Amino acid sequence: MSTAFDPDTSRAPVSQRRQTVAQTDPKNLGAMVTAVIDDVEVKVPFGTTILEAARTVGINIPTLCNHDDLCVAGVCRICVVEVEGQRTLQASCAYPIFDRIKVRTFTPRVRRARANIISLMLRNHYGECYSCAKNGICELQKYAEEYGITEYKFGHIEKPRYKTDTSSYALIRDMDKCILCKRCVRTCIDLQEVGVLEAAHRGARTKIETYMGKPLDDVICINCGQCVNRCPTGALREKDCTDDIWKAIDDPAKHVIIQTAPSPRAAIGEAFGLPPGTSVTKKLNTALKRVGFDAVFDTNFTADLTILEEGTELLLRLKKALVDKDASVALPQITSCSPGWVKFAEHFFPDYLDHVSTAKSPQQMFGAVVKTWYAQRNNIDPASIVSVSLMPCTAKKFECERPEMNDSGFQDVDFALTTREIANMIKKCGMDLPRLPDSDFDDPLGVGSGAALIFGATGGVMEAAIRTAYEIVTGEEVPFEKLRVEPVRGMQGIRSAELPIPKAVDDWKFLEGAVLKVIVAHGTANAKKVMEMLAAGELTDYHFIEIMACPGGCIGGGGQPVPTSLEIRKARVKAIYGEDESLAIRKSHENPVIKKIYEEFLTEGPCGHKSHELLHTHYVKRGKKIG
Amino acid sequence: MSEQYEGPIVFSEIEPYAGLKAALEKKKIDILSEVRESNLRGRGGAGFPTGVKWNLAATAKEDKKYVVCNADEGEPGTFKDRILLTRMPQLLFEGMVIAAYVIGADEGFVYLRGEYRSLFPGLENILKKMREDGALGANILGKEGFHFDIQIRMGAGAYVCGEETALIESMEGQRGEPRNRPPFPVNTGYNGFPTVVNNIETFVNVPHIVAKGAEWFKGFGTEKSAGTKLLSVSGDCAKPGVYEVEYGISIQDVLNIVEAQETQAVQVGGASGICLAEKDFGRRIAFEDVPTGGSFIVFNKSRKMIDAAGNFLKFFEEESCGQCTPCREGIPVLIEGLERIRSGECSEEYFQNLQSLCETMQLASKCGLGQSVPNAFLSILDNFKSEYELVS
Repeated sequence: MSTAFDPDTSRAPVSQRRQTVAQTDPKNLGAMVTAVIDDVEVKVPFGTTILEAARTVGINIPTLCNHDDLCVAGVCRICVVEVEGQRTLQASCAYPIFDRIKVRTFTPRVRRARANIISLMLRNHYGECYSCAKNGICELQKYAEEYGITEYKFGHIEKPRYKTDTSSYALIRDMDKCILCKRCVRTCIDLQEVGVLEAAHRGARTKIETYMGKPLDDVICINCGQCVNRCPTGALREKDCTDDIWKAIDDPAKHVIIQTAPSPRAAIGEAFGLPPGTSVTKKLNTALKRVGFDAVFDTNFTADLTILEEGTELLLRLKKALVDKDASVALPQITSCSPGWVKFAEHFFPDYLDHVSTAKSPQQMFGAVVKTWYAQRNNIDPASIVSVSLMPCTAKKFECERPEMNDSGFQDVDFALTTREIANMIKKCGMDLPRLPDSDFDDPLGVGSGAALIFGATGGVMEAAIRTAYEIVTGEEVPFEKLRVEPVRGMQGIRSAELPIPKAVDDWKFLEGAVLKVIVAHGTANAKKVMEMLAAGELTDYHFIEIMACPGGCIGGGGQPVPTSLEIRKARVKAIYGEDESLAIRKSHENPVIKKIYEEFLTEGPCGHKSHELLHTHYVKRGKKIG
Repeated sequence: MSEQYEGPIVFSEIEPYAGLKAALEKKKIDILSEVRESNLRGRGGAGFPTGVKWNLAATAKEDKKYVVCNADEGEPGTFKDRILLTRMPQLLFEGMVIAAYVIGADEGFVYLRGEYRSLFPGLENILKKMREDGALGANILGKEGFHFDIQIRMGAGAYVCGEETALIESMEGQRGEPRNRPPFPVNTGYNGFPTVVNNIETFVNVPHIVAKGAEWFKGFGTEKSAGTKLLSVSGDCAKPGVYEVEYGISIQDVLNIVEAQETQAVQVGGASGICLAEKDFGRRIAFEDVPTGGSFIVFNKSRKMIDAAGNFLKFFEEESCGQCTPCREGIPVLIEGLERIRSGECSEEYFQNLQSLCETMQLASKCGLGQSVPNAFLSILDNFKSEYELVS
């Protein structure tokens, strides 16, 4: 049961880390111990928790504070069980098995304790389920139902205690629904190493707070939304903008288009009961058209554009550094597709922003192209276009509101919706997504390559860039079977790879014989490690780094269906790689519409004047100072 | 309060460094057996056998180990550790040095209650003097290769930091919240290394045991509770103060010593302890009967015990760390429930809900604080039924 949680970087106390098996003789590591759980005997690896051992015999102990991606907390106490020889009940999520153990998971004392604990949680859980964004996917609701809670045994709060924080473009914090499980705290500090949230005050006044209780948009939140994915209740959610979308769709004067990113199509099925890893691209197209969008486009188109722009930028940086001997060129170059990562870099590494590619993210390139090239070609007044995106991401909501993102003369992207929001819109229309017929994307911005599609998985941008850049430089296809650039794939937090360039075409002769060195990192805890190496001058011989803010890359984004786990993320990644191989066009530079846009519109080519105007941006040195 | 302290063990005569010198002449394993043989149990209240604890730390295979003195005396009604810190700090430090010698630690800490900051300079002076005497630092008292020193770390006034794992969290600079156990501090303690955490009184007993022998020590107290206990006596009595009593002494005997009159109840063990009524005054202070960390609060017949229960709950409401559900959310329910009981509005059914909640708090809270919150509440409601009436 491996997790994304890395004990080496954790701030969590030693005893609360998942792997707490260091305390006895190391020879026991890897040994098997016997657990007798409700009279069923099972052998588990030394150090396995009671919770994990129970799962292996088909017993699901309820949990609220426990999350497989996070370090142990042991605070909600709903997972308590009887351990033979112990006077008190024990939290099964936090109890590692070192010796033969006898456990009972549903004795009368356990059942009473769990029911009381749920009643205690409901006491200060303000509001009713039917008026909650997490209605139907709330874990507290699920257990209240399981334990037959039909009345508020210990009372129920009638007035809100706190003001809901709606200051962020991306996230809403409603502390009246918080049950203090601290999953958000552990996500923010241990998983992402951002550290915006912490428990403040004591006892019944305990509250999860930002620094000095400041609004979320005033602190160093990167909007990644990983806390939303792990919050068991409605205390954390994205800022829902579906009402604005309905209004636009209902307005005949508006031309409402939607671009859809690759990751939601590999995950939205989960919201309709499909198993993780079921790709529903073409059914989703049908659903979006029926919802009422005037055109359904593919963000993969601008992902391909990103590869051309960002890849060219890299080659130009290399040329400046190696041929022109310009020492001011920042290398390695780092990707800029992930708005959570970009804001992380702006806060934590403001002195290294010149390493970040100036290329906008695919979402923002798309926005700039729709209100210019697309509007001109189709004789549509750009002022009447409402540009919507479907993203796996909450940080995209912040990104599209960035003041510099209006190079088309308008706000380039008007609304960024999460996978969850779109799933709700589709449900509202009474559509059962899995049963819809297939349909294609609309022209002309509906053509994307397989390289663009794999942007959704960690390592995907790197692989797409390698498929194109290698071919531009050498004139030959990358030397990997079925174009699978395996060295940059996988789920390891930080991966590095080397790619020799044995020969080069005339334009790029200076690269002949060079070895391209790259790094891929996902999750900002890993990004921090990479950036610390960069700051220490240890990466001077590297050329290109891909960083995604979320574990697993975009498929694990903060806007994706809940729940999330390593297994779910792996299934989504698999779906994306599978779909890539089913496509005819699998390299960004072979996308015919990309060729067309450089012929018709961006006539100076990648990184030309017009590209710079529309498709590139700059960053803000934010630092960590909170005003 | 009496200024003279006399008693069979803790307050008995002992030469400076007598215990430490005796220890350094012995093998570690022999000291360990002596401590184990003496049946010394932790004086903080839980009563874990000290020899077993030390043995676990001694056998843990780590290069770094720590000895920590829990000087976060915070239980309402206890003040005996303050007397030890002012009267015999050197004996405490000697006890720590012996522990360090036995388990193989080279660093020690005294986690001093925030409210005891005024004791800090005096304790620092003693440490300085001990360094000058060679009883702290390198090659202690000439023992080649045995290095150990003690630092004082200040608490910030949280009661829960008296819980040993919360104390360690606090020492590490984290929020003072109890950890999950297992693992226990003896193998995963301060900074993840094996750590022995003992109460001041426990450490003070150690030099006596090493110098005078386990047999001598076992000559006091009962079979299961060897030695003596310091009691902090307060409340309705003529002679409040700190007393060293042998384990096995009855509540009534203590009341006689402190000249308490018209006694209605005794709260033994502070807010987290239990409330005894007259019918229980024959019970004995001992691990096998009424265990205590040392607080002994006397209530005479003019007191309303239900108010006392309310005061204890208010204390816990203030001091709960707030991390686990039963404790954080349960205490306000008990306070509300007690209010209903007091005002005669509590139904039989709700009373049963409260009792069920108490069971949950005792069984499912993460640490001893939450687990012991219902003790006073339940025992007071049980013993003083005449003070309230339920509605049917």
